[in-house]
Amino acid sequence: MEERGMNARIKALRKLSENTQAHIDMERAKSETETYKKYEGNLSIPELRAQVLKDYFATKTLYIGDGELIVGEKGDGPWAAPTFPELCCHTVEDMHVMNDRELISFKVKDEDYKFQEDVIIPYWEKRSIRNKILNNMTQEWRDCYEAGIFTEFMEQRGPGHTVGSVKIYEKGFLDYKEDIQKAIDALDFQNDPDAFDKRNQLRGMSIACDAVMVLGKRYAEYARELAEKETDETRKAELLQIAANCDVVPAHKPQTFWQAIQMYWFVHLSVTSELNPWDAYSPGRFDQHLNPFYEKDVEDGILDDEKALELLECLWVKFNNQPAPPKVGITLKESGTYTDFANLNTGGITPDGKNGVNNVSYLILDCMDEMKLLQPSSNVQISRKTPQKFLKRACEISRKGWGQPAFYNTEAIIQELLNAGKTLEDARRGGTSGCVETGAFGNEAYILTGYFNLPKIFEITLNNGFDKRTGKQIGLALGHATEFETYEDLFEAYKKQIKHFLDIKVQGNNVIERIYAEYMPVPFLSIITNDCISKGKDYNAGGARYNTKYIQGVGIGTITDCLSAVKYNVFDKKTMTMAELMEALDDNFEGHEKTLNLVRNKTPKYGNDDDYADDIMKEVFSYYQQEVSRRHNTNGGMYRVDMLPTTCHVYFGEVMGASANGRLAEKPVSEGISPEKGADVNGPTAVVKSCAKMDHLQTGGTLLNQKFTPNVVAGEEGLDQMANLVRTYFNMDGHHIQFNVIDKQTLIEAQKHPEDYKDLIVRVAGYSDHFRNLSKALQDEIIERTEQSFN
Amino acid sequence: MTPLVTNIQKYSIHDGDGIRTSVFFKGCPLKCTWCHNPETQKYTNQLLTNESKCTGCGYCAEECPEHAIRIEGGKALTDQKACILCGKCTDVCPQNLREMAGKTYTVKELVKELKKDEMFYEESGGGVTLSGGEVLANDMDYMEELARELYKSGISVTIDTCGYVPYSHFERILPYTETFLYDIKSMDPEKHRKYMGEDNRLILENLEKLSKDGARIYIRIPTIKEVNGTEEDMQAVIDFLLEKKIRTPQVNLLPYHNTGSSKYERLGTEYEGKNLSAPSKEEMEHFVKMFQQAGFHNTKIGG
Repeated sequence: MEERGMNARIKALRKLSENTQAHIDMERAKSETETYKKYEGNLSIPELRAQVLKDYFATKTLYIGDGELIVGEKGDGPWAAPTFPELCCHTVEDMHVMNDRELISFKVKDEDYKFQEDVIIPYWEKRSIRNKILNNMTQEWRDCYEAGIFTEFMEQRGPGHTVGSVKIYEKGFLDYKEDIQKAIDALDFQNDPDAFDKRNQLRGMSIACDAVMVLGKRYAEYARELAEKETDETRKAELLQIAANCDVVPAHKPQTFWQAIQMYWFVHLSVTSELNPWDAYSPGRFDQHLNPFYEKDVEDGILDDEKALELLECLWVKFNNQPAPPKVGITLKESGTYTDFANLNTGGITPDGKNGVNNVSYLILDCMDEMKLLQPSSNVQISRKTPQKFLKRACEISRKGWGQPAFYNTEAIIQELLNAGKTLEDARRGGTSGCVETGAFGNEAYILTGYFNLPKIFEITLNNGFDKRTGKQIGLALGHATEFETYEDLFEAYKKQIKHFLDIKVQGNNVIERIYAEYMPVPFLSIITNDCISKGKDYNAGGARYNTKYIQGVGIGTITDCLSAVKYNVFDKKTMTMAELMEALDDNFEGHEKTLNLVRNKTPKYGNDDDYADDIMKEVFSYYQQEVSRRHNTNGGMYRVDMLPTTCHVYFGEVMGASANGRLAEKPVSEGISPEKGADVNGPTAVVKSCAKMDHLQTGGTLLNQKFTPNVVAGEEGLDQMANLVRTYFNMDGHHIQFNVIDKQTLIEAQKHPEDYKDLIVRVAGYSDHFRNLSKALQDEIIERTEQSFN
Repeated sequence: MTPLVTNIQKYSIHDGDGIRTSVFFKGCPLKCTWCHNPETQKYTNQLLTNESKCTGCGYCAEECPEHAIRIEGGKALTDQKACILCGKCTDVCPQNLREMAGKTYTVKELVKELKKDEMFYEESGGGVTLSGGEVLANDMDYMEELARELYKSGISVTIDTCGYVPYSHFERILPYTETFLYDIKSMDPEKHRKYMGEDNRLILENLEKLSKDGARIYIRIPTIKEVNGTEEDMQAVIDFLLEKKIRTPQVNLLPYHNTGSSKYERLGTEYEGKNLSAPSKEEMEHFVKMFQQAGFHNTKIGG
């Protein structure tokens, strides 16, 4: 494996992180069970939840690895994955599956199977949130869930997508404890009927302050202990400095760059140990948060760029040491990865509207370039005010071909947030997290609730509401495909089915939200999210300033091409009848090559800047968006849409038969707002223009994956035009773009399966061409050449 | 006759400045041995097939009204002489392997298509490149109108030319053209005749006139070891440019590549440039230095 890192220390830390096997760590579950047995019924639920965190932090195994400068692990060491039986109580079989599966495996110690069976399962099986959720869902909801119409995020993991703000660098947890006490003192038990509940919530938050401070204190002591035994003078001094840092943070606000990073890390560990929220926790506008510390330390002569970079690289290893908590079943399918989607935003603008790029922004890019780790994933926010130098530096890293950094449009993010009712300042402090989701960092609970399978609903529409795979009538009976006399009638039916399934999804969500509000408060996360303390309300119950729920639409490329194929071939050009098309779909196009050719190759497709198809996309999107966005959630906020898939487009494809655009049964549907694989044949500007016809500002994020071969983006010219492509897309209000610069392996695949890579453009020599159109000999030549052009 | 378009290439970033859309027109007065766009040599429509990837399903043969296609050894073989270019076979190939090179657009239609990427041109300082084939060997009423309409829309026009056309054609288009990409392939008239089919007198005269008339010209030299790949060949170009005081903001040395060779097969013709080759990287870099030392500072390898 490639060794990366600026020096021997980082190389060793990174190597350990990359070579350690993910494993289940039962310590948290043991500690939590004991705490519950001791206090359940005596303490209010918020206090009990905080006590769980405090007891765990007071007793857990500490870890300071050789050479580490930033300390703390969620479990017993790198790649430990604590379990959260209060959310999802794994069966012994689940544990075997996690241990044995080839991909995304988590090793389980022999004695832990028994412990799970004897202690954890008997206590948590009925108490777990997953059990409560599944018990409370209707048969209708279950049928849709099993059919793959939608997924449910909160079934195994807590509500999350939460991002830190500048708050944690301005105060220590002693200060927060004081704030909380003041809020308790100010409660009006005379007139406020919620005063008692608020007091319990606030008491929970106060205990959660103690929890993180206990952890800090223990790390200070442990570092001192190690320092005493340490014979190497340099390392001894480092350990003593780590101890001194932990004396300051998290109890007090950080004083130095080093302490600020350590502070962030303690907060990160606390949020992700308290519960396992989706997308872990993210630093947010990290360059802006760290810059004052950086500038002061440089001024004071205690920090230079090399040292600052080293500390950042130490933090990168820490992020990379944390696999996403183990998932099973459908939840694993919708997010089949170790990556926990912690990410950070650089660039953008400042809260007062100025260019936000600073020296730390460049250091973060250098760090990610050097480390080349999947976690934390790094975003650059590109504003009209962002210097070209910064954009080009980001492009330079991006074209190395591993997809990072991704590019986000600051102006679009701000407008999306304003459009969702945020103040201008809160919007400017916001950004994106997870994959592409927009949020007002530190002020908002913006919870993803599940993916929504847009192409599958069309399949259901064509079959009169019947799902052939599960053999159940899950949709409305509005007629069979052949019974629709016009395209408009068919499209109306499709819209009615969308509404029908959204009703079912949202009714389920409303129950799930209340289950979390009642049983699973997160007092620690509430401390650091405005305005939970002042409201005396938990993050999961609507305590944040803004409370948004997202439903993520998947497969817009596929559904657009399906509708286009039907409209163009059956109704407009009459090249086939609906009965013929339905027969071809039933046969997975086998023996229907002519039909397949017509729908696949001779039909207008999304992604080519062709209004015939793109207008259909706009109609589907705007109906879906409006139908979601008009709905209220139970926490005082509204629903919004995101257009992103993680890995769910693969799962959503698996539950489907062949579709009208020529996609074969069980093949993935399109991802994000990218065109269906192979549908776009006019190059990147046409893709970007088609995508920009969607009204991104009505969403909370869209995802566009643009593929290139390395030689298209090679040289100064390639870099300049890549930057210009980003700028132009953003001028058109595009939300996000990331580049997938194709590697040799993909080209080999493209050679074997040209039909899947119709959109792949290669820079040949004096001109560019579609890879599929080149002779085998030339393809071979380019494949051979591809690795060189990475230099 | 309305010019035929073989391809509209978007995100074209090596045919002039910025992000451009390149339009390839059919028909050329030269016949360069190594031409990488052989489907643009003729002024008329041509059928492109792809026998190497053909599965021999026979749909095209069924569809052909002239029975010009037969299945042999699992491949569809096309008798190009019997083909009447009706294009029916291109609609039914399940692999999408058959296409018709050559499509007509009215100026209005073409301008509409080319304006689609306007925002990219503006951001990048790009525009439209008219290429071929040879743009200026086509119907000049059409080309003049096309260039003028683009110019009026505020879109920068670049003309990629071999220079082997009457100078009056340049004059008609000059007012609307921001940059000419002007090929010099050989300074030796004999070699020029051998590899390009015509000698270079007209090309060099036109270049001189065009420069005197104030056009902005990028000199492009397809560099081929066997044709113009020696120090003497390069020196001859430099001497000519200096002697005739041809001002050029950019010189591009384009190393030979055989990427067009598969298209000959698709057209059912023979590629005659099999023995040609590109100079080594070191030689290319040396040539660049020669130009730079002669005062052409902005000389680079590639477009």
